[in-house]
Amino acid sequence: MITELGHFALVLAFLVAIVQAVVPLIGAHKRWPGWMSVAEPAANAQFLLTAFSFAALTYAFVTSDFSVRLVTLNSHSLKPMIYKISGVWGNHEGSMLLWVLILTLFGAMAAWFGGNLPPTLKARVLAVQSAISVAFFAFILFTSNPFLRLAVPPFDGQDLNPLLQDPGLAFHPPFLYLGYVGLSMAFSFAVAALIEGRVDAAWGRWVRPWTLAAWVFLTIGIGLGSWWAYYELGWGGFWFWDPVENASLMPWLIAAALLHSAIVVEKREALKSWTILLAIMAFGFSLIGTFIVRSGVITSVHAFANDPERGVFILLILGVFMGGALILYAARAQAMEAKGVFGMVSRESALVFNNILLAVSAFVVFVGTIWPLVAELAFARKLSVGAPFFNMAFTPFFVILGAILPVGAMMPWKRGSLARAFRPLRGAFVLALALAALAFALQTGRSALGPVGLFLGAWLVFGAAVDIWSRTGRGAIGERLRRLVRLPGADWGKAVAHAGLGVTMFGIAGLMAWEAEDIRVVQKGESFDIAGYTLTLQEVERVQGPNYISTMGTVQVARGTRVISTLHPEKRSYPVAQMPTTEAAIDNGFLRDVYVVIGDPQDNGGWAVRTYYKPLANWIWGGAILMALGGCLSLGDRRYRVAAGARRMRGAAGVPAE
Amino acid sequence: MKHLLLALMLAVLPLSPALAVQPDEVLDDPVLEERARELSRGLRCLVCRNESIDDSNATLARDLRLLVRERLVAGDSDDEVIDYVVDRYGEYVLLQPRATGANWLLWAAGPIMLILGAGIAIVYLRRREAAPEPVETAALSDEEKARLNDILDK
Repeated sequence: MITELGHFALVLAFLVAIVQAVVPLIGAHKRWPGWMSVAEPAANAQFLLTAFSFAALTYAFVTSDFSVRLVTLNSHSLKPMIYKISGVWGNHEGSMLLWVLILTLFGAMAAWFGGNLPPTLKARVLAVQSAISVAFFAFILFTSNPFLRLAVPPFDGQDLNPLLQDPGLAFHPPFLYLGYVGLSMAFSFAVAALIEGRVDAAWGRWVRPWTLAAWVFLTIGIGLGSWWAYYELGWGGFWFWDPVENASLMPWLIAAALLHSAIVVEKREALKSWTILLAIMAFGFSLIGTFIVRSGVITSVHAFANDPERGVFILLILGVFMGGALILYAARAQAMEAKGVFGMVSRESALVFNNILLAVSAFVVFVGTIWPLVAELAFARKLSVGAPFFNMAFTPFFVILGAILPVGAMMPWKRGSLARAFRPLRGAFVLALALAALAFALQTGRSALGPVGLFLGAWLVFGAAVDIWSRTGRGAIGERLRRLVRLPGADWGKAVAHAGLGVTMFGIAGLMAWEAEDIRVVQKGESFDIAGYTLTLQEVERVQGPNYISTMGTVQVARGTRVISTLHPEKRSYPVAQMPTTEAAIDNGFLRDVYVVIGDPQDNGGWAVRTYYKPLANWIWGGAILMALGGCLSLGDRRYRVAAGARRMRGAAGVPAE
Repeated sequence: MKHLLLALMLAVLPLSPALAVQPDEVLDDPVLEERARELSRGLRCLVCRNESIDDSNATLARDLRLLVRERLVAGDSDDEVIDYVVDRYGEYVLLQPRATGANWLLWAAGPIMLILGAGIAIVYLRRREAAPEPVETAALSDEEKARLNDILDK
C-alpha cells in the first residue's frame, strides 16, 4: 500500500514539475505576477511529493518487503539496518530517485532562500530547474521504476553487493549527488540569466553560494569514495582514474573554476560570458558523469547498470539541455558586456589563468576518459587509457597551478606587480624550497616526485598563511591577531581551502614516492620487518558475522620492543551474494599508515600476507576535509546571507572593501 | 563469441579484492622484481575493468605477471617485454596508449588546449587593459531605488 502511494506521489511530482517548468516561464515573459508565483508553491509541492516517494521506498527496504522487485534484488533480511537504508541508493533505480530528491530539494531551497531575487529571474530559475526535474522524473518512471512489484515474492532477498556494505560507501553517493545536482542550480541561474539577457555583479553573488555548496559536497563525496577505495579494495590505492571516478572529478574541476570566475563577475563585472559557459559546462559534466555511470558505456569498476535504453535516454537529456543552453548562449552571450578594466598582471588575470588550468585539466580527464570509445568508433582501434596516462598528462597542470597559486592569491585587483605580490611570500618560498631540498638529500636515488610534492604542499600552506596574515593590515602583533579573528569568513575560507589543496598534494606525493611494500608467506607466530616496524602474525581464526563468515588474522605491530597496535585483517565471504571481500587492517598514524592484508592459506601451511608502509596517507583526506571546511567558512560569510535575503544589514561597515 | 566469453568472464569474476601478486610469484632478484612490478603497473588485466595486472587477482592477470617475469629472467629489456605482450594481446593491454597514429591527438589534447586557452586569455586581457574605464555608472532605475531602500530599511 505504502509502496503504491510512493509510486503515485512520484507520478504527481512529475505532473507538478511539468506545470512548474511551463507556467512561470510564460509568466516571466508576459510579466504576469500570478503565473510567476506558481513557481514557489510548485517547487515546495514537488519536493514534498518526491520526499514522500523516497520515504516510501526506504520503508520498503527497512521492512524488507520482498514483494518489491528492487528490495528483493538488493537487500536481505539479515543485513544490518544501516545497509538496509543505504541499500535504497545502492542500486540504479534507487540512486536515481535520490538524484531527483536532491534536485527537487535544491529547487525548493531556491524558492525558500530566493526572496531577494528579482521576481522574473526567480520564476525563470525555478522553471529551468523544474525542466531538469521533468526529464529525470520521466527517466525514472519510464525506464527505471523503483516501485515495481513481483508477482511471486521470494522468501528472502539477494543481498546488496558486499563491497557496498560499508560505512564509507553508504554516505559516498548522497554527498556526490548533492554535489552533482547542486551544480544544476548554477545551470538554472545561467540559463535564466541568458533568457533574462542580463548578468551583473548581483548575479555573480547569487550563483556563487550554490556553486560553493555543490563544490563542498563534491569534495566530501570524492574524498569519501577515495578513502573507501583505500581501505576496502585491499591494495591501498586511493585513486584509480576509473571512468566513474573521472566522472566526479570533471565537475569538481569545472565547479572550482566556476566559483573562482564568479568572484570576478561579482567584484569586477568581467568574465561574464565565460562564467555562464562554465556554469553550463559544470552541469553538463555532471550529466556526462551520470551517463557514464548509468549507461555502463565505458565499463568500469562501479557501473551497476548495463542497459542501453537508459543510456540513450540520458544521452537525450544531455543533448537537449546542453544543446538548448549552448544555442541560447550563442545567441545571447554578445549582450554581456564586460565593465571592469584591469591590467595584464592583476588578481583578475591570475583568476583567468586559474580557470584555464582547471578547465584544461578537466578537458584532459575528459579526453582520456572517452578516448577508448572514440578510438574504437572512429579509428577501429581497441585500446585502454589508464592510470599511467592520467598521471603523466594531468599532473603537470596541477603542478603549475600549485606553483602560481600563492602569488595569484596575493595579487591586488585591477593592477599589480609580480615582484610586489611575491615579496611577502619570499619567506614561505625559501622555507618550502629548503624542506624539499632536505627531503631530496635524505632520500637517495628515489623519484623526484616526493620533494616536488613536498615543495608544492609547503608553498601552498605557507603561502595561505602569509595571505591571511597580510589581510590583517599593519600595526602591533596583538592588534593584528585581534583583526585576524574578525576577518570575514570568505578570507578564512580562501586560506583554509588553498592550504587544504597543499596538504592533499603533499599527501599524494609522499604516498607515491615513499611507499614500501612487502609480500610473503607467514607462518603462525612468525615475525617480519617492514620500514622499521616488526609485525607478528599471532593467530588466524574463523569468525561468524551477521551476514558473512570471516577469516580473521591477529597481527601485532611493534617498533623495536614497543608494541604499537594489534591489527585484525579479515577475508570475508558473503554466502548470499557469493562474493569474498578483503578487509584491510590499518594502523592509522599522523605521518604514516601500516596497512596489512591477509590472503589465502598456502599449501605448505602459513598465510599469504601483504603489508604496506604508507607515508602521509591520511594527509590526502585531511586536505580534502580542509578544502571542504574552507568552502563552508566561505559559505558562512555574512555577506552571502545579506545577499540571500537576511534581515541584518548592520555590521556591514566592518566588511573591508575589496 | 569472444565478446560473449568476455561478458561471461566478467559476470563470474566480479571485482574481488584480494591478494594480487602472490608470494610464490616474487622473483629472487630484487632488481628484476622491481622492474617486473613497474611493467605490471602499465599492463591491463584483460578480463577486469580498468585494473592493471599488478592490482588484479584474476587468473589471467597472474598468467600475464608470470609471463612478464619469465621474459625478464630470459634477459629481455623492458621494451622487449612490452612488445612481446602487445604482439600477443594487442594494444588494448597497454594502460598508457602509445602516441602512434591518431593517438597523438590524445597526448596533444592537453598542451594544445593550454596554448589555445592562454592565447585567447592574453588577447582578452590585452583588450581589458586597453578598454576605457567606464566613466558614469548608469543611474539606478526607480524599481532598483525602491529595492535598495527596501534592503537598507530591513
